[in-house]
Amino acid sequence: MWSLAKEYWGVIRRPSVHFSLGFLTFGGFIAGIIFWGGFNTALEITNTEAFCVSCHEMYDNVYQELKPTIHYTNRSGVRATCPACHVPHEWTNKIARKMQASKEVWGKIFGTINTREKFLAMRRELAEREWARLKANNSLECRNCHDFGYMDFTRQSPRAASAHEEFLVSGEKTCIDCHKGIAHELPDMTGVPGWQ
Amino acid sequence: MKTYAFIIALTTAAAAAWAAEPIATLRGPTPLVEQGAAPTMPKVSNEDLRRLRNYPEQPPTIPHHIRGYQIDLNANKCLSCHSRRATVDSKAPMVSITHFMNRDGQFLASVSPRRYFCTQCHVTQQVTRPLVGNDFIDIDSVLSDQN
Repeated sequence: MWSLAKEYWGVIRRPSVHFSLGFLTFGGFIAGIIFWGGFNTALEITNTEAFCVSCHEMYDNVYQELKPTIHYTNRSGVRATCPACHVPHEWTNKIARKMQASKEVWGKIFGTINTREKFLAMRRELAEREWARLKANNSLECRNCHDFGYMDFTRQSPRAASAHEEFLVSGEKTCIDCHKGIAHELPDMTGVPGWQ
Repeated sequence: MKTYAFIIALTTAAAAAWAAEPIATLRGPTPLVEQGAAPTMPKVSNEDLRRLRNYPEQPPTIPHHIRGYQIDLNANKCLSCHSRRATVDSKAPMVSITHFMNRDGQFLASVSPRRYFCTQCHVTQQVTRPLVGNDFIDIDSVLSDQN
């Protein structure tokens, strides 16, 4: 084992006999573009709605619930896709979330929520995970589109404006504290603060 | 025989006169065999102001949007503002005390299951003209007119 490692170290350490420095430099450069580009392209493919709903767990449950909401269809035609809310947009956090998502691959393989009944039984746990994530990052994924700095309270209904003035401006609450269940149906809300 | 003929003639004339008169129906002037154009969907009134009740027992109408409000076994979006504990933050009117009563008139700790589904009685209003006229006047107007 040790001798094998020593041999490989020797190969890496020794100057190249057959290949020129230019070939190795430019070859490495091009290979870098291909690998890095390929990695990012694959990453972005997993970051599309089509990829998310290609599994029946997502298509039959959460995607159907999203459809009648304002985040799917509305007067101006601007819409949120799955990763707009569920994946951080900034690179480092996105990679961190993608690593966590390997657990979801595990769930897919072992069929954790592969029936409607299993999904409903787990809905509260899954929802709580998302609530906790959004609470921890101060509803960052909401604010990627709904920027508080550009919110015109005079254009909101009096009820919404006064609630936002009291709780959002003061920083007492963040979006997810009040706006739960806006894109998907709610689980049993027993014991959730603010709900009966 | 003559009398019969007279009655038949009279009935026919009456039927003809009745048929000639345009009948006001909710489906409009479109002939029965044709499909009329669908009316535009009116906007939901969202002015957030309490509305006058026409009589004391009337369930108050909802003065705001309730699009996507979930009311089922799992959650009740209305109660997240109108429940007793939520009204301090939301400043919404508390759900009426009658809603805590069961059918024997006993008060329960929370909203009675038979009063849980808000939209059975409470509805939004739309910004549109009524389909039929209404000359309802409330009891106060009736009493003041008598004096």
